[in-house]
Amino acid sequence: MRRTLLHTLSGLVMAGMLAAPAFAQAPIKIGSVLSVTGPGSFLGDPEIKTFELYIEKINAEGGVLGRKLQLINYDDGTDANKANGFTKRLIEEDKVDIIIGGTTTGSTMAMVPLVEKAEIPFISLAGAVVIIEPVKKWVFKTPHTDRMAAEKVFEDMKKRGITKFGLLSENSGFGQSGKKETHAVAGKYGMQIVADEMYGPKDADVTTQLTKIKNTPGVQAIFVFGFGQGPAVVTKNYGQLGIAVPMYQSHGVASEQYIKLSGKAADGVRLPAAALLVANALPGSDAQKPVVVGYEKAYKDRFKQEVSTFGGHAYDGLMIAVGAFKRAGSTDKAKVRDAIEQTKGFVGTGGVVNMSPTDHLGLDLSAFRMLEIRNGDWTLAK
Amino acid sequence: MLSQTLQYLFSGLTNGAIYALAALGFSLIYNASGVINFAQGEFIMLGGVSAVMLTSAGVPLPLAIFLAVLITAAAGLLLEKLAIEPAGNAEVVSLIIITIGASIFFQGVAQVVFGKGQRALAPFTGDAPIMLAGASLLPQSLWMIGTGAVIVLALAWFFERTRLGKALLATAHNRLAAQLVGINTRHVLAVSFVLSAALGAIAGVVSAPITLTSYDVGIMLGLKGFVAATLGGLGSAVGAVAGGLILGLMEALAAGYISSAYKDAVPFVLIILILFFMPRGLFGARVTERV
Repeated sequence: MRRTLLHTLSGLVMAGMLAAPAFAQAPIKIGSVLSVTGPGSFLGDPEIKTFELYIEKINAEGGVLGRKLQLINYDDGTDANKANGFTKRLIEEDKVDIIIGGTTTGSTMAMVPLVEKAEIPFISLAGAVVIIEPVKKWVFKTPHTDRMAAEKVFEDMKKRGITKFGLLSENSGFGQSGKKETHAVAGKYGMQIVADEMYGPKDADVTTQLTKIKNTPGVQAIFVFGFGQGPAVVTKNYGQLGIAVPMYQSHGVASEQYIKLSGKAADGVRLPAAALLVANALPGSDAQKPVVVGYEKAYKDRFKQEVSTFGGHAYDGLMIAVGAFKRAGSTDKAKVRDAIEQTKGFVGTGGVVNMSPTDHLGLDLSAFRMLEIRNGDWTLAK
Repeated sequence: MLSQTLQYLFSGLTNGAIYALAALGFSLIYNASGVINFAQGEFIMLGGVSAVMLTSAGVPLPLAIFLAVLITAAAGLLLEKLAIEPAGNAEVVSLIIITIGASIFFQGVAQVVFGKGQRALAPFTGDAPIMLAGASLLPQSLWMIGTGAVIVLALAWFFERTRLGKALLATAHNRLAAQLVGINTRHVLAVSFVLSAALGAIAGVVSAPITLTSYDVGIMLGLKGFVAATLGGLGSAVGAVAGGLILGLMEALAAGYISSAYKDAVPFVLIILILFFMPRGLFGARVTERV
């Protein structure tokens, strides 16, 4: 207790003495609601760490518009109801200037009505396409959508001459949204879904579903849509059954953990993912290379952990917000919103962002790289 | 066609063996105290998680398994000494609620110590599948089924042939009468928690190569184990195993022949029907409730 008091006092004195006139103004308040605990914690954890890392960095370099950034984060425990309550608090009590976050689609959708009503710029870090479609005036997002993941997979299947595949989706929000989008865009690419099976996120054995897909006449590939440990079990079972047709996974498994859990069975699996995962394998001419290499290094140095694309989404969100503050020249909410919408040519970890009044994501398919797992590591698929 | 059906059965057996192992722990503690221990899933988690942590720290697998069981048994003892025993002669319902609280506590501790990621334990005897008529089964599934069988035999021997086992049963039937004939009933409850924690740990270790393990793996295992134990008849070791295998097989066959979308629903509907007509489960004792 004494110590903290001392710290506060000395802090106050320091602030009083050194208070650079640059920081005389109140800080810019960045509000966030992230799923730091609960089932979504593997998403929320790198997100909050990224925020802390970069806000510290930006403040050390003088802040934004001569003002410091202040992060006010609440952990919703991967519970959409809590996300709604915390958003209310951010808007009414903390009076934040912008909200970045909403780790999951569920949390984000619970926050959307509040930010729309309060007219406050909001950058979501969640995946589903419903967040920005239809376009909502105050809502933006940074991660690729599940529809883009499906499209990227179909592009690759086409190249390999595959037209008929079996879909195995997880009965979670992520998996079911992915299933819907896969069905929606399959026709556009001339793809035919010949088998459509499901599994539970905690299932320990899915050989039944895989056997059904394997024995479906005409199957040329298996496409799995899920995240967390489920896809790893699926991959292990795929190896156990010795299935010969290639397997595709979604961007939901783009983490080191997936390779570790799946072991040898993951060799040859292809998936769409952000450039961040293969930072060092990118050619020097790639526009994203300096950004992703820089982020990877900063994150690894500080936390001694592998980077994940989810932390990258948080980086992109924060940097888009900072860019918008600078271009708007103030924290006026309407001006900042317009500035976010005018984001052009921003190179983030997720891709090159070009927003417009009709596109509040601003990424195209080139943002996804098709990766193939080779000898327990990510490689760019040829 | 045959190989397809066989594969469904193998898949069902694999899942069923996990449920059966989980169900055994519920049975043991229910036998000894009438309490349904909702922290049983967490014992399974602690076993698996401890074994993974120890092996990744370089401890050889057999020693890691032994230590994991020991750690979990200690957790069971602490739970009984610090939470169940102080509640004194509280009603069974209160004790059950205490176990729910304990389960959340264990999850929290595991999350801090183990982290939030998932990890896998290496299979005991490799992961080259055993091929049979075009269907494949992992050797680890046999380990699980074998372990389940050994535990059933050990429990039968324990309850029927040892003084301690008989004391446990006597206490469960009538605590006062057991005290009158000189059984230390407080001691008995502690023993039952330690034993079922150790049982949970064994289940956790044996199934960890297949289920993978993380701080929250106990939620699903606890739930399915409880369902399996109820289906087979609470308190019956044979019932627990039968319940688990039936549950696993029903899920696999429902997924294979009806639709994987209804995989989870079909067994639960059947369970409702079975319990409706046989409220004490398939192997439960036909006794009337003590009032």
